[in-house]
Amino acid sequence: MTASHALRALVGLTAREVVKFFQQRGRLLSAFVRPALWLFVFAAGIGSTKGIDPGMVSPYPVQSVNYFEYIVPGLIGMVLLFSGMQSSLSMVYDREMGVMRLLLTAPLPRWYLLTAKLFAGTMLSILQVYVFLIVCLPLIGMQISLNTPLLGWVWMFPAAVLFGLLLGAAGLALSVHIRQLENFAGTMNFVIFPMFFISSALYPLWRLLENGAEIVWWLAQFNPFTYGVELVRWASQGQIHWHSLIVTVACTIVFLAAAVLGYDPQRGMLRRRPGGGGPPAGG
Amino acid sequence: MTAPETTTGNEPLLVIQKVSKSYGNRPALKGVSFDIEPGRYVSLLGPNGAGKTTLFQLLAGLFVPDSGSVHVRGFDMRRDAVKALSSIGFVFQQATLDLDLTVRENLAFHGRLHGLSRSEIRQRTEHELRQVDLEDRIDDRARSLSGGQRRRVELARSLLHEPSILLMDEPTVGLDPPSRSDLLEYVLQLKRERSMAVLWATHLVDEAEVADHVIMLHQGTIRQAGEPAELVSRAGLSNLHDTLVHFTTNSQTKETP
Repeated sequence: MTASHALRALVGLTAREVVKFFQQRGRLLSAFVRPALWLFVFAAGIGSTKGIDPGMVSPYPVQSVNYFEYIVPGLIGMVLLFSGMQSSLSMVYDREMGVMRLLLTAPLPRWYLLTAKLFAGTMLSILQVYVFLIVCLPLIGMQISLNTPLLGWVWMFPAAVLFGLLLGAAGLALSVHIRQLENFAGTMNFVIFPMFFISSALYPLWRLLENGAEIVWWLAQFNPFTYGVELVRWASQGQIHWHSLIVTVACTIVFLAAAVLGYDPQRGMLRRRPGGGGPPAGG
Repeated sequence: MTAPETTTGNEPLLVIQKVSKSYGNRPALKGVSFDIEPGRYVSLLGPNGAGKTTLFQLLAGLFVPDSGSVHVRGFDMRRDAVKALSSIGFVFQQATLDLDLTVRENLAFHGRLHGLSRSEIRQRTEHELRQVDLEDRIDDRARSLSGGQRRRVELARSLLHEPSILLMDEPTVGLDPPSRSDLLEYVLQLKRERSMAVLWATHLVDEAEVADHVIMLHQGTIRQAGEPAELVSRAGLSNLHDTLVHFTTNSQTKETP
């Protein structure tokens, strides 16, 4: 694999994702309608004029943060989560439609194909994050005074990229185990909702302890989504949360490795049934 | 890419040695060996369940054999899959076009995965589509094509990276008779004009009759192999159809449940 071959393959994979993304206009729309609903309905209902106490250890310079602002990192996570699962769905779809065979018989190492696919998907995720931010934030900005420093918006970019890679890799690893398109929705209920709710996306975790939900607090500690949200939250205040950074990167590597192993012809899912790239065929 | 090894004259492009593969304890292939030289059309003939698709999956690197080896232009499919795969063009039994993309986008996607440049992709896409009479459909969505047209696009696509071996797994399944004969005719032309080695799996005898070499596969083993006429005379029969029946039913092994 030469550098130019690798680059062309990356361009090919990305171009396909982009073309398909813009064909499905509903995806672009839902990319900001979904978090916008949370922002303007949920946050409006839950938030109070006093704001929310972010807890002892927080990147915020004040002890009271406007709830609109507090959940923005969580909603960025939501956009990334849905988008990451969408790329998982596209793998399952490709397997059903046979396109997977084309990918797997391309003269490229499997790890590279999957990594390139991950980058292509993450690029789309980030695009959706910024569509959301650009559409919604001026609206919030009019209502509240933002604490986020200007540089925070710049810092959020690399944090969101890392978070997007994490969720994309999780999606790829999951796609190994989802056999059929019909199973996808069911599996997602067991992934998206727990990941989103049992995390610091919507509320500071100290509240769980205060309310006696110690088990949920522990679950949130083992949820990689929590660390992605915190990474973005701290970055939005111009700070690096090292613990979250390390967990995010480490989990990304583990998920990607699981996906590469899963798609490896020597041991992974392809071995388990005849057909490999598609439904079992005769012959 | 490293330069492909130079093949002198009739050195085989594809060498399959004692390949075996089981699913659980059900053997699908038992010690299959053969090779294919440039400019040869080899037909892999056998009834459904003979092991043809399993063999193609091993050749595509989708599985690895339990034992035995596959070499493409001297590259081991197990250790050098990337180099081996770059010399093969595949047409699978199952459709593999992305129906949401146009014909051009489908071919460009494949070309980029094979590391072709933008201008190479454009030239070859136009050339290969002209060969299969589909140049006027280049900007149509794949979804709008008929089954026969889709298959021709897949064939055109498989030639984009100029492979020396063409592997076709029951490519005529689901096609009407004219589309079937057109496809076969075109592949024979490719063999003659581009000296391609072709391995064509089928259960249809008429597609094997025009082959240079026929391999009769049944229950995971090669029952007979040779020129079609030679096989017929070996069986003492008058046509290839009866010969196939003769060699694939007149056997000591029983169907395993």
